[in-house]
Amino acid sequence: MSEAAYAPPSAEPAAHPIAEFRGVSKRFGEVLAADDLNLSIRTGEFLSFLGPSGCGKTTALRMLAGFESPTSGEVFLDGEVVNDLAPYRRPVNMVFQHYALFPHLTVAQNIGYGLRQRRPKPPRDEIARKVRAALEIVRLEGFENRRIWEMSGGQQQRVALARAIVNEPKLLLLDEPMAALDRKLRKEMQIELQNIQRRLGITFILVTHDQEEALSMSDRICIMRDGRIVQTGTPRELYDQPRNRYVAGFVGTSNFFDGVVERADAYRARVTLGCGIALEGRVLAPVAAGQAVSVSVRPEQIRLARTATGGETGWEVTILNRIFLGEHTEYLVKHDGLGEFMVLTPRQAELSDGPFNAGERLTASWEATSALVLDNDQAPQAN
Amino acid sequence: MRIYATFVYLFLYIPIGVIALFSFNAGRHASQFQGFSVQWYGKALANPFVMDALQTSLVVAFVSALCASVFGTMAAVALQGIRGPVRAAFDLLIYVAVMVPGIVIGIATLIGLVTIFGQLNPILAALWPGAAPPQLAMGYGSLIAAHTLFTMALVIIIIRARLAGMDRALTEASSDLYATPMGTFRQVTLPLIFPAILAGFLLSFTFSFDDFIIAFFVAGSETTLPIYVFSSIRRGVTPEINAIGTMVLAASLILLVTAQVLLRTGRRRG
Ligand SMILES: Nc1ncnc2c1ncn2[C@@H]1O[C@H](COP(=O)(O)OP(=O)(O)OP(=O)(O)O)[C@@H](O)[C@H]1O
Ligand SMILES: [Mg+2]
Repeated sequence: MSEAAYAPPSAEPAAHPIAEFRGVSKRFGEVLAADDLNLSIRTGEFLSFLGPSGCGKTTALRMLAGFESPTSGEVFLDGEVVNDLAPYRRPVNMVFQHYALFPHLTVAQNIGYGLRQRRPKPPRDEIARKVRAALEIVRLEGFENRRIWEMSGGQQQRVALARAIVNEPKLLLLDEPMAALDRKLRKEMQIELQNIQRRLGITFILVTHDQEEALSMSDRICIMRDGRIVQTGTPRELYDQPRNRYVAGFVGTSNFFDGVVERADAYRARVTLGCGIALEGRVLAPVAAGQAVSVSVRPEQIRLARTATGGETGWEVTILNRIFLGEHTEYLVKHDGLGEFMVLTPRQAELSDGPFNAGERLTASWEATSALVLDNDQAPQAN
Repeated sequence: MRIYATFVYLFLYIPIGVIALFSFNAGRHASQFQGFSVQWYGKALANPFVMDALQTSLVVAFVSALCASVFGTMAAVALQGIRGPVRAAFDLLIYVAVMVPGIVIGIATLIGLVTIFGQLNPILAALWPGAAPPQLAMGYGSLIAAHTLFTMALVIIIIRARLAGMDRALTEASSDLYATPMGTFRQVTLPLIFPAILAGFLLSFTFSFDDFIIAFFVAGSETTLPIYVFSSIRRGVTPEINAIGTMVLAASLILLVTAQVLLRTGRRRG
């Protein structure tokens, strides 16, 4: 294992991408599992595919690994088209969802499996040394001779990871590697995985449907839906500048008020909701009058007060429910016209104005610039 | 219900029990117990005809079980990679092969082989440079072939079940870790299905060793142990026959239990 120097993820596009999808589609009979994917994966980055079940994340990953070949389009690895290159010829390794560890081999034999396939075969002691180094990286020293079924779920996951990284692949693919772990272990593994990725400088592609996981670990996230890529960007970009309502709903939580654009310019729009109320909001992608849109307001951008604050429009709301989260308190409130929505209040704000109780009538308000007018792309969703 | 079951089992096992019991009879009658003795076992094992038949049976059982395991494994693995109507057709044929009564297989094999030999022998005689051309005839070859045909279907079914229970991700993982398809077969598939192959071998061996019906038709001049037992029964049942039957039964039971154990461990590990 080459102890590569700490390689910080670069925000700049690398000179040449390690992998690329160009107009890639994959059809299984009637199902279009991947629909015109275009994506360039940068060397050394940590990229996540995020989307609901059945949206084609695994299919995209399997085309990089070589288990599926695209129906149309081209998959590039390291600058070459690899559409039909067999998996065993690709400098890519995968961590499978259920680990797929070989039950008839010991931990060390599992990890050394990839090395033993090399021709010419590396000498025994070299394999042993690399296996030990890999075990050290995943903090499983001394487990060499254990059997797979003698390991806990978390340990098996580490073995699966070690079995992949020991080969120093150019690209490491992880298909929901943490799905089978309990919450606490998952958090630990997330941090560890991130550290390992930074330390080894290997490009990681993670498939997940856990937005928190994607947000906390990735340099970039690729949001997928029904086989298509909806938006690719850094977590912050996706959070602050979602392309449409779907992305805003998938990255973090938000309140959506559906309506129709009344008038719009390049920066702001006025939206009439079903109930007749008009909301102002910021425009990220151009919208036209008459278009169906959603006004998205993040819960933490809404303020609650006992008395209306001057300047902004305030909405008379009733508190329906309160959930104390420690640092924050989450309120579910109801306005006669706008309906129910969430408000996240920091502890600090409550200290001055006191905690609010269910049934209390308050004023909710937000700045017009923190409301986003988003295309209400409500195409039939996969689930 | 329980009483019925008891009767059914009694009905099934009492004759077997009686045979085993009378094999230890000190007297020479098959119907009167005259004290305990193992003399008939000694007699049976000293009988050159019995030993000859036993040897034939063992050789046929071993070779046919070996062939069935090898070809059956190959067929099962190949079938795993096929989809659609071809696979359905093969699956159907395999189940049919197991369902067909032994007597049909025996007669069909006999007629088939006799016809083929009838055609081939003159040609062989014409082409043979030496004076005494070899004659194709029924015997070891036909016995082994007929038993292999039948038991191969059993092996295929057993191994197919094992393969179906195996996580497809395992072979994919192997392929992802740079193993060629052959390497994957050798290092992952084969070790994981090996208990099933061994179980298939043991079942095939047992079947061939115990088989009378098919052997009766295709054995030609060879005598297997079941054929020997059958022909000596016509001269009356002696405790010696009982002793042979008991030994065959014991051997078969041991093999069958071993096969079951193998299949179970295979399932647990996989
Ligand atoms: N081998 C296959 N044969 C037929 N259909 C398939 C195959 N693999 C995937 N699909 C279909 O393609 C679509 C995308 O599947 P995929 O496994 O890529 O989804 P996913 O995003 O990974 O979902 P999940 O989060 O549930 O794993 C699904 O509708 C699925 O049924
Ligand atoms: Mg998946």
